[in-house]
Amino acid sequence: MTDTPLNPTPDLPIKVTARKVTVSYSGKQALHDVSIDIPDRSVTAFIGPSGCGKSTFLRCLNRMNDTIDGAVVGGSLTIDGQEINDKTIDPVVLRASVGMVFQKPNPFPKSIYDNVAYGPRIHGLALTRPELDEIVENALRKAGLWDEVSDRLNHPGTGLSGGQQQRLVIARAIAVNPEVILMDEPCSALDPIATARIEELIDELRENYCIIIVTHSMQQAARVSQHTAFFHMGHLVEYGPTEDIFTNPRDKRTQDYITGRFG
Amino acid sequence: MALSRTSHIVTAYGEELDQLADDLARMGGLVETQLEKAIAAVVRRDASIKPDIKAREAQVNALQVEVEKRVLRLFALRQPLATDLRMTISALKVATDLERVGDLAKNIAYRAGDLADYAPVALTQQVERLGAIVIKQLREVLDALSSADVEPAVRVWHSDDEVDERYNTLVREMLMSMTEDSGLVGPGVHILFVAKNLERIGDHATNIAEAVHFMVTASPLVEDGQA
Repeated sequence: MTDTPLNPTPDLPIKVTARKVTVSYSGKQALHDVSIDIPDRSVTAFIGPSGCGKSTFLRCLNRMNDTIDGAVVGGSLTIDGQEINDKTIDPVVLRASVGMVFQKPNPFPKSIYDNVAYGPRIHGLALTRPELDEIVENALRKAGLWDEVSDRLNHPGTGLSGGQQQRLVIARAIAVNPEVILMDEPCSALDPIATARIEELIDELRENYCIIIVTHSMQQAARVSQHTAFFHMGHLVEYGPTEDIFTNPRDKRTQDYITGRFG
Repeated sequence: MALSRTSHIVTAYGEELDQLADDLARMGGLVETQLEKAIAAVVRRDASIKPDIKAREAQVNALQVEVEKRVLRLFALRQPLATDLRMTISALKVATDLERVGDLAKNIAYRAGDLADYAPVALTQQVERLGAIVIKQLREVLDALSSADVEPAVRVWHSDDEVDERYNTLVREMLMSMTEDSGLVGPGVHILFVAKNLERIGDHATNIAEAVHFMVTASPLVEDGQA
């Protein structure tokens, strides 16, 4: 990496720490020695061309690579100082505290209510029905969806619009009190208005969560994130305050990528 | 500007940035010639260049409008980033400065006509020297702009002190001359305005130097060099 600091804003507490993280799929190395400190209560964007390793690295953070045959993860990755690749860590529990939102909204084929209640039920977060109701309402409110669905909680989640479905799965992620929320291209299937609503939501959520977003839209990275990391060919090339990355990148590869030049 | 002449994946975008740079270069060329002609006219006390200067000023103004349109278009349709962003912003600032320089050069040319009504004044030589320095400044800073070269821009920026010094000296001497010989008050006032306009052009050259510095380095040009 260029001599950019591991932590671009030293006054924010660090949530996620990666040291020399490597990933290979069936012997082919996809990620090379990524070291980075990701601050809490802010949005960090991962940008870079397809195949650069940004989504691979994102998937390390909730051990999604475990589910891929032949994937080998090396190096150290901690959340709040706890090594997440430790054998004692249950990936299911980890994934409750590290929520994930995908490119295509993926509500369960259940009611709106049950989509949000699913996680809290599994993790035993509510003892009574009123408690569960409260968790569901809170999560839907935080996701900015409550006013649109409060009168039809029993309708199927899949009947909502794309933007509403994406907010529903964000509500589902929030319902289990996560610490970190990972978003992999969360708006690429949405129209500009639905995108704006998700971006507004991300901006609100960052008060309480560490949010990491992978996006191909540089304008989106510029709009929603406070820190930006640029990946290229499996390497973390440059990491810094978003404003600096988009006005004065240090590395020529970053420069070529964000200005749309041939690298 | 040299910065934009690299291979954008979207060819039309690269071309738009190049056209912006070309407009600025044409504007700079026009303004430079305008200033040279205006100073020469002052030295010769020649009123005949007025129409020519006026026509050039109209061209400069039209180019400034063109630059503003291009910049607006780039922001709205291309969302330039990094060097492209800095280049686009700088182009807007430089065009404003060049338009002002064109205006001031026109004022100087008009004073040449006024001076034709009087006998030659000895201090005109000093105006000529001040003019030569300012033209050199303008030329150098425009070259720095087209080659995206910081070093000459910083040099121009520092040379503004010399312009100010020469201007102050000229004002002092002119005042003394006018005190001694009230017959000099008429042409003296015109000479003072010419000198003032030249000093202002020096300031605009300094502004352009700052824009070049920002465009290339992304940091403002402040006292004590490159910071």
